[in-house]
Amino acid sequence: MLMPDQMQEARRQVEICNACRYCEGYCSVFPSIMREKSFSDGDLTHLANLCHNCQGCFYACQYTEPHEFALNLPAILAEVRQESWERLAMPQSVARVMHRRGGAIAGLSVAAFAVFFVLMQWMMPEDGVGFYAHLSHVAMITLFTPAFLLPLVSVAFSLRAYWREVEGGKFRLRYFLAACKDAANMRNLSGGQGQGCNYEDEDRFSNMRRWFHQATMYGFLLCFASTSSGTIMHYLFAMPAPYALFSLPKILGVSGGVLLVIGCFGLAWLKTKADPALGAKNILSGEYAFIFLLGATGLTGLMLYAATGTGFVGGLLAVHLGFVLTLFLLIPFSKMAHGFYRMTALTAEAAKHANAN
Amino acid sequence: MPKDTRTHFRTSSTWDVAVVGGGNAALCAAITAAETGARVVILESAPKSYRGGNSRHTRNFRCMHRGPLSVLSDAYTEEEYFDDLMLVTERNTDEGLARMVIRNSEECLPWMESKGVRFQPPLSGTLSLSRTNAFFLGGGKALVNAYYHTAENLGVTTMYNAEVMHVEMEDDTANAVIVQIDGEAHRIEAKGFVLASGGFQSNLEWLTRAWGPAAANFLIRGTPYNRGVVLNDMLEQGCESVGDPTQCHAVAIDGRAPKFDGGIVTRLDCVPFSVVLNKDGERFYDEGEDVWPKRYAIWGRLVAAQPEQVAYSIIDSNSIDLFMPSVFPASKSHTLEGLAKQLGLDEKKMIETVTAYNKACQAGEFNATGLDGLSTKSLTPPKTNWARPIVKPPFYGYELRPGVTFTYLGLKVSEKAQVQTPTGPLTNVWAGGEIMAGSILGKGYLAGFGMAIGTVFGRIAGKEAAIYVNA
Repeated sequence: MLMPDQMQEARRQVEICNACRYCEGYCSVFPSIMREKSFSDGDLTHLANLCHNCQGCFYACQYTEPHEFALNLPAILAEVRQESWERLAMPQSVARVMHRRGGAIAGLSVAAFAVFFVLMQWMMPEDGVGFYAHLSHVAMITLFTPAFLLPLVSVAFSLRAYWREVEGGKFRLRYFLAACKDAANMRNLSGGQGQGCNYEDEDRFSNMRRWFHQATMYGFLLCFASTSSGTIMHYLFAMPAPYALFSLPKILGVSGGVLLVIGCFGLAWLKTKADPALGAKNILSGEYAFIFLLGATGLTGLMLYAATGTGFVGGLLAVHLGFVLTLFLLIPFSKMAHGFYRMTALTAEAAKHANAN
Repeated sequence: MPKDTRTHFRTSSTWDVAVVGGGNAALCAAITAAETGARVVILESAPKSYRGGNSRHTRNFRCMHRGPLSVLSDAYTEEEYFDDLMLVTERNTDEGLARMVIRNSEECLPWMESKGVRFQPPLSGTLSLSRTNAFFLGGGKALVNAYYHTAENLGVTTMYNAEVMHVEMEDDTANAVIVQIDGEAHRIEAKGFVLASGGFQSNLEWLTRAWGPAAANFLIRGTPYNRGVVLNDMLEQGCESVGDPTQCHAVAIDGRAPKFDGGIVTRLDCVPFSVVLNKDGERFYDEGEDVWPKRYAIWGRLVAAQPEQVAYSIIDSNSIDLFMPSVFPASKSHTLEGLAKQLGLDEKKMIETVTAYNKACQAGEFNATGLDGLSTKSLTPPKTNWARPIVKPPFYGYELRPGVTFTYLGLKVSEKAQVQTPTGPLTNVWAGGEIMAGSILGKGYLAGFGMAIGTVFGRIAGKEAAIYVNA
């Protein structure tokens, strides 16, 4: 939990940055700082969510420890950011546990596997092909529709509270489109000139993190598109699963799954080499568990496809669906939330930038 | 110091080039020499976290260019550059060396980019420098980091916490340096030596010798590691010096800045929009003489000449948003009396001075972005631009102190960066950066010129040393 003096500490550091401005060219955070003379808690929350933790400013800073100014902007903004995700989550108490405890995420996953094993034992359909031979379409829909929609409703309420807190002002589509563009090329991990960020190799720049994050993000989006296309084919065109390899759900799903696995394991690997002192404290187990959860979702999906027609399908299906269910349920309460906050922050920044000019 | 470095240096017999110092000039020299295949060692007296000397605090490079170049627009000719230098130094410069630096600066910029330095368009608030100065993306420490990576890739060895105490000379040839590493003296031999260890501004004893007791009230804006040990050692061994020990690049900074290393965030840009009083509550100089980028470098000396080396810049609410915020909040009061009390000024005297100034202000168009000619009438000293009455509460005040960036007394060098003695140049000792900048800067300062001198002379020193050791 963020101590009140941590907000004060963030303010102290940001005011030093505002008097220096050498880092202006790295990312969106510094131009945003320079628009202000004083910083409210909402302003600091906004800056914290704009910060992608590229760490370029830390390694370029002449005021890091042992200097008495002791700047570590990536770390203090990570604390403020983390706190904003936990504080604004609904319900907050779940987020306080799930963000920080990898064990809790693992426990939830195991519980989800159990649910599916039990369901498949008790409700084995009498007919059905492919996966539906193990669990009926109706059962899946009954479980996943609320498990997907309720977390999204929770996130929507949180984002509304966030928007008010950072005083995003009037929402316009063009601000959101600007945010999409920034996210699409991860401009804020580019170092400002495409050299990337400082992460896995101290002050040497690299684009590894940016590429692995892109693989993760686009992989996830492709998997999501795969599921969506399947849903549309099922309901609108009466074309239920299973699908052939050269079908939309399979093409999207397999490529997305591969990207997701590469991205997640890449990010986890980079994380082992990064300096934890430049991030938020006491969240590492939650972060690793989340990356593993996301990567495992992709990996078990691919394994499931590879196991088509074998005796492993039942067990793998239960595990895969367990990961998917856990992932959905944790959207508001895990690192998964960062995508939503990041998009909102980038949208708010586009709005603030437009209103200042 | 990493283990491999230590073993390396213990077992290595003789280095080709030993570079004394670890800032911009030192790195330019080390890279240039290492590119020829020379075996180079950098002896940096600071720990790794403080490496880079004053270059850590820099932010731009003043560059001549005949046409658009990288982030620089239009052209900045040799003549214009030279005129700008003449204006600030009042002709206290060596024209030959100055012109050489200016001419060389143009090819330096692409060289810097090729060594990993990144430039960016001017920082906000520095638009007046967009044609003349190329800003480093991330500032000087980012530049230093980039150079260390390039040097490392070329096989240069860097020793941190390695303070060179003495250069061992035999006639006009240096054989070795005595280096203090972790409290232990080591003798390191090399065929050639590049001295780039800065000025002596962090050596308060030396400053006091030059300035008298006033030096106790100076703040040092940059690295605490520039103690002038090597400079002193070379002068004691008969090398020729240039420059006046009281001359330095000094600006008026926030009086609450740390004693050392406060850097850019302690600067105050409010002077042109204020009245500046000394400890006795009296004005002492025209605050509105010229735009701030052309005047900031004289205010350090002006404040240094006042009682107790302190001054107070007073503004009102009309001007509080006209300059970049300093890192320390201004003293603030709804009355001038209240402000005087906070700043420790005599209330009566302060009000008297401000009132006299206000009365001398005249009607006219105020324009913060250029010389507006809004001048006081019959006031001594006058304020010749931006003279608006200070009347709108709340009132704000900043304490000013002299902030020394670097001293100008240095080693005299030739066009080939060779260190000079009365009987001629040393055969294998070259110098670059602040340790020899006094050869060119006799007085005054031009933003981004220190980095130009360091880059040009660092590269020459590295090149000449390499030619010598490879011969």
